[in-house]
Amino acid sequence: MTLDGKCPSGPLPGKWEKHCHDLKLVSPANKRKYRIIVVGTGLAGASAAATLGELGYNVESFCYQDSPRRAHSIAAQGGINAAKNYPNDGDSTYRLFHDTIKGGDFRAREANVYRLASISSRIIDQCVAQGVPFARDYAGYLDTRSFGGAQVSRTFYARGQTGQQLLLGAYAALSRQVRAGTVRIHPRTEMLDLVVVNGEAKGITVRDMVTGRISGHAADAVCLCTGGYTNVFYLSTNAMGSNVTATFRAYRKGAFFANPCYTQIHPTCIPVTGDHQAKLTLMSESLRNDGRVWVPKVRADRRPPHEIPEEERDYYLERKYPAFGNLAPRDISSRAAKEVCDGGHGVGPGGRGVYLDFSDAISRVGEGKIRERYGNLFEMYEKITGEDAYKRPMRIYPAPHYAMGGLWVDYNLESSLPGLFVLGEANFSDHGANRLGASALMQGLADGYFIIPHTISHYLAQTRPGAANQGDPAFIQSVEACEALIKKLLSIKGKKTVNEFHRELGRIMWEDAGMARSRESLERALRRIPELRAEFWENVIIPGGEAELNQELEKAGRVADFLEFGELLARDALHRNESCGGHFRTEYQTPDGEAKRDDENYCYAAAWEYKGDGREPELHKEPLVFEDVHLAVRSYK
Amino acid sequence: MDLTLFVWKQSGPEAPGRLEEYRAKDITQDMSFLEMLDMVNEGLIREGRDPIAFDHDCREGICGMCSQVVNGVPHGPLEKTTICQLHMRHFRDGDTLYIEPFRARAFPVIRDLIVDRSGLERIIRSGGYISVHTGGVPDANVILIPKADADIAMDAAECIGCGACVAACPNGSAMLFTAAKVAHLALLPQGRAEGARRVCLMTEEMMKEGFGSCGNHYECQSVCPKGIKVKFIAKLNREFIKAKVKGG
Repeated sequence: MTLDGKCPSGPLPGKWEKHCHDLKLVSPANKRKYRIIVVGTGLAGASAAATLGELGYNVESFCYQDSPRRAHSIAAQGGINAAKNYPNDGDSTYRLFHDTIKGGDFRAREANVYRLASISSRIIDQCVAQGVPFARDYAGYLDTRSFGGAQVSRTFYARGQTGQQLLLGAYAALSRQVRAGTVRIHPRTEMLDLVVVNGEAKGITVRDMVTGRISGHAADAVCLCTGGYTNVFYLSTNAMGSNVTATFRAYRKGAFFANPCYTQIHPTCIPVTGDHQAKLTLMSESLRNDGRVWVPKVRADRRPPHEIPEEERDYYLERKYPAFGNLAPRDISSRAAKEVCDGGHGVGPGGRGVYLDFSDAISRVGEGKIRERYGNLFEMYEKITGEDAYKRPMRIYPAPHYAMGGLWVDYNLESSLPGLFVLGEANFSDHGANRLGASALMQGLADGYFIIPHTISHYLAQTRPGAANQGDPAFIQSVEACEALIKKLLSIKGKKTVNEFHRELGRIMWEDAGMARSRESLERALRRIPELRAEFWENVIIPGGEAELNQELEKAGRVADFLEFGELLARDALHRNESCGGHFRTEYQTPDGEAKRDDENYCYAAAWEYKGDGREPELHKEPLVFEDVHLAVRSYK
Repeated sequence: MDLTLFVWKQSGPEAPGRLEEYRAKDITQDMSFLEMLDMVNEGLIREGRDPIAFDHDCREGICGMCSQVVNGVPHGPLEKTTICQLHMRHFRDGDTLYIEPFRARAFPVIRDLIVDRSGLERIIRSGGYISVHTGGVPDANVILIPKADADIAMDAAECIGCGACVAACPNGSAMLFTAAKVAHLALLPQGRAEGARRVCLMTEEMMKEGFGSCGNHYECQSVCPKGIKVKFIAKLNREFIKAKVKGG
């Protein structure tokens, strides 16, 4: 089946405005008759729930944390892009659009990306009005900095905690709606299933994580804002609780999963220290504004960094990509780091690290200035490694960070299941095969504040409010299925812990489907994952019972889904016989080791349809049509 | 290194709790405190015993989910550090650690080290925001905020809402938490319009939730993982008095 993204016709700049005019509205008096479920309270979820509540809809907001303010958007450090062109350095909506399309290696939908770029400025305005304390200059104007993949300074920031401040802004708006009575928050509640009635998404089944009670919640539409799936690699920069369950359960209920193989490996993370490690910590990309990346020219050079003279250092990003230098995009910087480490030039334990050196910047602008810009990041680095990065360079290495893939959505952010909308990182739409830094926050807030309020009304206007309720057979069946699954998990009483299985899955995914993949490695992953999954269902041990707070049970459910999802990721990576962005197949590269796309055969979004357990999913293609942008070899040289 | 842990175990809000003894063996310096607990838990699960329940999520010191008291100090011995960012290199072989939940009248225990901090949510809901609708706002650079003011507002806005300030306070007061939000918004021109109403509503809600009053002990400041200063409590008090004088 060829999928239709439902992009409006007409010239790129006018598409969204025209489309908004064509969308149906729900009148103010009728809005309160509709109930909308929003799962997840990160930037996309909190902004959507707040805005829909403001409009007068009844909103039910769910999160697994004890407070909506703790969703993992809070950990985003560096900043948020917007085409304000305040610095007068040549930025424009079109440039942000073009940078994003190119950054995504020409695998994103043009119309979506243009809309994102055109909305970007309003996001900054909105956040400032909410009281987000962005960095300012002495006269009181907003400050910006540069991020990877751009030659302009368009990233707005609040110290190294931009995600936190933006999320607290959205959380404030959400809290205001709770007080107004339009939004109800369900904290410590995890979505286990999507409920579909007559082919349309009409609710969810959840588990109360304190009492263990499983219940159905009916609504007129469902928005999934549940983030990405990079914890499939076990070690990633995601929060410990980040998981694929909500989107994967929706996939099993009929929503198509698009481009799962597009995963972002972030170049600047603190290297792994041992098997005990539970997660990896990112060091913001903004550090590459002032830090220079290098490795010793001599292999296995064990001298401390300050003893290695300038001429024996390889500033490989500056050497290979002189135009962008240390601000080369993430996929390219990560692969370059892997390449030098594979070549034996890595530093630190196991040779899995490169230096990010601030000594030039410190001698240029002084330690005080660097402390002001990145103080909290240097502190975090010292807490984790025990090293002072003002004195010796940081050691960094790539780590799984973000999922460009996600549930397939059309221009309205509606999935292949009517009534199911997917926002933020959970959808696939805007970043193609690689996301540029500071664009995730932009997308989450664009989707939640400015897009969903328009597009969801178009769907609701064509439905009768309250058509489904918790007494429907679909809800009862879903609750029973979730209860049965939990009973089954608890009854296994095997020998291996959930973490052991997760760690093993992570190893398979990282080795065989990570930064570099090949037909051989992916076929191996497709053999190893089902074996591990089979073992999981025979040998996992989960203590405690179902009707209580049981953190191992929560983890087990998530890992069970990762064990299925990992296979889908590998299958998608195997089918895509090209390299693009974060998807690097070793068979498909240029003579100098860059990703080699195949536009003739793979210029499409791959959307997978679940066909039942033990059966292969079916591939649907949405052709990517480029009307305004010329498909080109991506060069940052 | 090997450590002895005494950990608070409590199966539910109404159940009696007790300190239970555990051994943490083969701990390395690079481990974080929570990774040490992960390891203890894996051992317990393999032995068929009940693992220690504790809240955590980002493990980067920013989400504010982790909430433990180590040897009497919320978030443990290292200044300006959440428990998830505390690493084992700050402990020695043979150490004995007492690990307890954040304790306060307004934070009932849910299980083991997990407490209910929803009182903090309700303080924010009472007025910890600027009442602006999505859309229809001016260009961001229309509102000029000198760097010095923006910096102080940011100092307050950095609060991660973990509740360590409440746990450390002999009165179980949430003054530092409330003051951080009041000050953040009061320091910005956008937040001034509702300033008087906000400080009254939030202070009232804080009292209603069972948090105590400020007794100027400053324990809150010393345990705050983000280094939020008690000067913001003074700011709250000033705002409160001004509002009351004006008849708020």
